[in-house]
Amino acid sequence: MNKKMKFSIYRYNPEVDTQPYYQDVEIEVTNLDKKLLNALVKIKEQVDDSIAFRRSCREGVCGSDAININGRNGLACLTDLAKLKEPVVLRPIPGLPVIRDLIVDMTQFFHQYNSIKPYVIDHNQMPSRERLQSPKDREELNGVIECILCACCTTACPSFWWNPDKFLGPAALLHAYRFIADTRDEATAERLDDLNDPYKLFRCHTIMNCADVCPKNLNPTKAIGKIKEFMLSRVI
Amino acid sequence: MSLPILKFEAVIVGGGGAGLRAALQLSEAGIKTVVLSKVFPTRSHTAAAQGGISAALGNIEDDNWHWHMYDTVKGADWLGDQDAIEFMCRQAVDAVVELEHYGMPFDRLENGKIYQRPFGGHMANFGKQPVRRACCVADRTGHAMLHALYQRNVKANTKFFVEWMALDLIRNENGDVVGVTALEMETGQVYVIQAKAVLFATGGAGRIFQSSTNAFINTGDGVGITLRAGLPVEDIEFWQFHPTGLAGAGVLITEGVRGEGGYLLNANGERFMERYAPTAKDLASRDVVSRAMQIEINEGRGCGPNKDYVLLKLDHLGVEVIDQRLPGIREIALQFLGIDPIKEPIPVVPTCHYMMGGIPTNYKGEVVAPFGANKEEVVKGFYAAGECACASVHGANRLGTNSLLDLVVFGKSAGNSMIKFIREHDLEYKELPKDAGEFSLQRVQKIDASTSGESLAELRHEMQRIMQQHAGVFRTQKVLMDGIEKIEALYARAQNLYIKDKSKVFNTARVEALEFINTIEVALATMICAEARKESRGAQAREDYPERDDANFMCHTLFYRDGRKIIYKDVHVAPLTVDYIPPAKRVY
Amino acid sequence: MVKRIVTGAKYGFSSWLRQRVTAVIMLIITVLFFAFLLNLALHTNSSIDSWRNLFNDFLVKFVVQLFFSALVLHGWIGVRDLWMDYIKSNLLRLTLHVVTLLWLAVNFIYSIKIIWA
Repeated sequence: MNKKMKFSIYRYNPEVDTQPYYQDVEIEVTNLDKKLLNALVKIKEQVDDSIAFRRSCREGVCGSDAININGRNGLACLTDLAKLKEPVVLRPIPGLPVIRDLIVDMTQFFHQYNSIKPYVIDHNQMPSRERLQSPKDREELNGVIECILCACCTTACPSFWWNPDKFLGPAALLHAYRFIADTRDEATAERLDDLNDPYKLFRCHTIMNCADVCPKNLNPTKAIGKIKEFMLSRVI
Repeated sequence: MSLPILKFEAVIVGGGGAGLRAALQLSEAGIKTVVLSKVFPTRSHTAAAQGGISAALGNIEDDNWHWHMYDTVKGADWLGDQDAIEFMCRQAVDAVVELEHYGMPFDRLENGKIYQRPFGGHMANFGKQPVRRACCVADRTGHAMLHALYQRNVKANTKFFVEWMALDLIRNENGDVVGVTALEMETGQVYVIQAKAVLFATGGAGRIFQSSTNAFINTGDGVGITLRAGLPVEDIEFWQFHPTGLAGAGVLITEGVRGEGGYLLNANGERFMERYAPTAKDLASRDVVSRAMQIEINEGRGCGPNKDYVLLKLDHLGVEVIDQRLPGIREIALQFLGIDPIKEPIPVVPTCHYMMGGIPTNYKGEVVAPFGANKEEVVKGFYAAGECACASVHGANRLGTNSLLDLVVFGKSAGNSMIKFIREHDLEYKELPKDAGEFSLQRVQKIDASTSGESLAELRHEMQRIMQQHAGVFRTQKVLMDGIEKIEALYARAQNLYIKDKSKVFNTARVEALEFINTIEVALATMICAEARKESRGAQAREDYPERDDANFMCHTLFYRDGRKIIYKDVHVAPLTVDYIPPAKRVY
Repeated sequence: MVKRIVTGAKYGFSSWLRQRVTAVIMLIITVLFFAFLLNLALHTNSSIDSWRNLFNDFLVKFVVQLFFSALVLHGWIGVRDLWMDYIKSNLLRLTLHVVTLLWLAVNFIYSIKIIWA
């Protein structure tokens, strides 16, 4: 089944464009072009090789191709073409500076991720074998460690748009919870102290855009709630 | 025109498992290091590894590294270097424990130890019966490992140049490596990076094939650069076809499915692996299973309207096992085929997955190349680890889960060798040749200056078609000879490559063009070396030479780009401490 | 580009908790109030005097004052959140904070005056 599909793609190249604009593109898609990424690659190959976007694994584990698709953040490689309303409007994920076309500068996003100390802190002498952890304790990390850092959630979060510099955003907070929840981590108190801040965590107003758009079906809002539970358990 | 020069004691090209493990070693030692990566490190293809990382922890059943070593030697069809294999298997337990200490969230047993699952070719008692050796994080082991390594590098304050692409090696008149040239994608600027030691951890080149589990970024840059620098690549004819790539989409379905009890069915509903591998059945090593599948398909027992795939059945495992141990697989099958594996089997085909060959190294991660009479002279300042390197532990066929192990063991080993080298040569950076960077700059300018020529997309599709048709699971002389002719013709056309986009800022067309120039080198080398090896061994299955020929071909291929020269070097038959494992017939 | 940011005021959680606790207090008192109104409606002999008497009771005065205190505190946190979300200029935000505080303080004093008069 071949059919023509229309796309409207955000274009901006700082070398030549003073303003961003939308480029209308029409291509033929076949049965083999199941996902939006297939169409994007085809557009780049057949129509205009100057359209810039990131992509790598094409199976939803690397987190490269987060794009705002018809107004909603998602991964191009996991978005079914058949379900998209035409013309398919493609824009860079919002709230981050655009470098070119669909490529945004993610420095701020990763800066926030780094700021939560994203590593297990354990000052004990390591045993010669693995540290033990019960399957139940390990299960706490499910729904958190699957995060691919695509930034769909953070850039869909109004609190992040309002305070991109001070609010950590859902992705970084999800990871903050990942290390609080890990029974091997010893720095829970320091982590909670650090997050106890009117901006870093408490700009979250449970709008839940994050959970809504997460391509891995994770729920950062729930993780943020769990961080608050930890904080509560400290004071009562 | 002079290029800006940056200086780092150590430059690591590639931010996947091997690159990050090496970076950690160097950063923690206080060496001034930078990691160049085409993508943000957690986007590297290590993230796509699913099934596990092998180590004879013996958490469930008796196991030890000697058995692991035996399996690896046998899996490699005796083309692996036994010193390197011993080195890796002995380090495996410590390597996995270290990853746990780094915070990798392994699945656990009731007693709190790391959970282990069976995997293809993992046997106890020197090949007697299957053993549980694969340590895993559900079916997202690579993802969890890559993130843990990146996180540890955040802690170690490692410096990253993200979205930088290495272009060429810089060698001085002695042949020593003294730096690399690299392109910063965001600005389009080419830099010379002077270094005391350079590590390539650039991953594979699975994108040479049409049907591949590999990511877009797996374009064999390290191998291409090495060939252009006048150095050889080793055993590049050996490509692993993973038995279970999702039919049509090419996405990987982990061997862990079969490890957890799934099995393959042909159109008659027969569990055909029982015929091909009576003991290991569906858990025979990958080359064996892929060939069996291809035979079933070729003989008309494939499934579906075109009889072009077989089925991977796992619904009998139950929802609980699937959701706990294989949640990613369920997600992939639903996403890409709309099939829920708790109810229906998954259509699968052998799909290009892994490059066993690569830049020749020893087990220390030092790149070695023939020089004078010595076929393994160390190239000073040059190191390689991971899929782009050939140590050679995987020989003619890699065992599942040995790749993640390879990354951390040889990443660390290469890191340590670099530290030693840098400390020994503590004093000065070696002088750069006067024309350093000139070659790269010319290559980039040639692309920029082209006003017409061959379309990149067409060349790439053509290469992938040729490789698929002429260097697939089964190979013959005629098909390979035709393949060489076609790929040489394509190689010539590729010299006249043209892209429309001439901009500087994040010009992804230019990046793809530069990648393709590397990829085509790998494709060409593969075809030529496959033709030259007139035997069947591991992943190289020659229908016209169906037997392994130890007398003539128990040796590594070394391919040079100039003159398409091939020489052979001996397999290392002396392990470090244990007895040599002599060749035997390979049955599973 | 990452700008250096200044965060780390250690009061996020206490505010969040206060906002919830005051909400619960207001909810309980509101329910009690409606229960009383219902009671009043059901009893035909109720009059303006029984209404007035109610507010002469110390306990009732205390509860009503508690309600208004909770309201002021709750309002302060909520409105401050608004300013923190949307107002980027430090000076403007501080001004709005002060205005909000003054306004709430006036309201609070007025509530004392009414309840305890």
